[in-house]
Amino acid sequence: MLGSGADRLRADVNRLLAFLFHQGILDEQFLQLQQLQDESSPNFVSQVVNIYFQESEKLLRNLRSLLMERKLSDYKNIGIHINQLMGSSSSIGAKRVRNVCVAFRAASDQNNRTGCLRVLEVLEHDYCFLKNKLHELFQIEQQRILAGGVGYPMQN
Amino acid sequence: MSGNGASSSSLNMISGEDVVNNNLSALVVDDSPLLRLLHDIHLKKYGLKVQVAENGKVAVDLFHLGASFDLVLMDKEMPVMNGVEATKELRAMGVTSMIVGVTSKDGPGEQQAFMEAGLDYCFEKPLTPEIISFLLEELNKHNKD
Repeated sequence: MLGSGADRLRADVNRLLAFLFHQGILDEQFLQLQQLQDESSPNFVSQVVNIYFQESEKLLRNLRSLLMERKLSDYKNIGIHINQLMGSSSSIGAKRVRNVCVAFRAASDQNNRTGCLRVLEVLEHDYCFLKNKLHELFQIEQQRILAGGVGYPMQN
Repeated sequence: MSGNGASSSSLNMISGEDVVNNNLSALVVDDSPLLRLLHDIHLKKYGLKVQVAENGKVAVDLFHLGASFDLVLMDKEMPVMNGVEATKELRAMGVTSMIVGVTSKDGPGEQQAFMEAGLDYCFEKPLTPEIISFLLEELNKHNKD
């Protein structure tokens, strides 16, 4: 039986999700991810998101390293990294990060180093914000389950 | 099966419950562990037996070793051997599996080059349940012919 603690935490999860959707941080692809979680894969969402974090941080490190090269010429490699980040961000519903990647690719296609560095700053910031919010979401969700709530998919 | 590009907007959407099939097999070819996991779980939900490969060469080697799959999800940009090269090799080997390209947002010219390598369809990431349902429906139709 759900206690009022679990109900309150469920409301917190829903409020945070609504905020993230409203702000354009996440899109419906994140809901698709939640739909794939069930008893046979109970930690699927956090597993996928943690892989996304690992991949993204590696890509962002590589991008910064490429852009800081004194004689930058490997825009093709930069484009490949951006495409990877764009694809994985789309796949988990990280809408804002994906949209910044689109701007990044436009700058890279123009061989615009200054533009690329500027967009990379934005990308790193937005990625950090996303990561913090998703960690917060998983924390509340974990507390909710411990308080006697059931896992995804959420029942309203 | 002849190459025939399709956008998600032109698909006849059916319910995923209509296409649960325990007889179909799929190979997910992608250098991203995230995309491999996502597509793996997604396809298994529809009852497919799924194998994964981290680049085009691993995929081609599987076929050389005698493996066969009804469906191949082929990422475009991969190290060692990319999706375009892998698709060309598979078709040159006589592989008749449905090969579906999966790309990031590319220009029309790049998708066209990928299609011309021998794809049946090409979609942008991510593959939605509707697109997977469509592909499985097409596979079921093809298997009945």
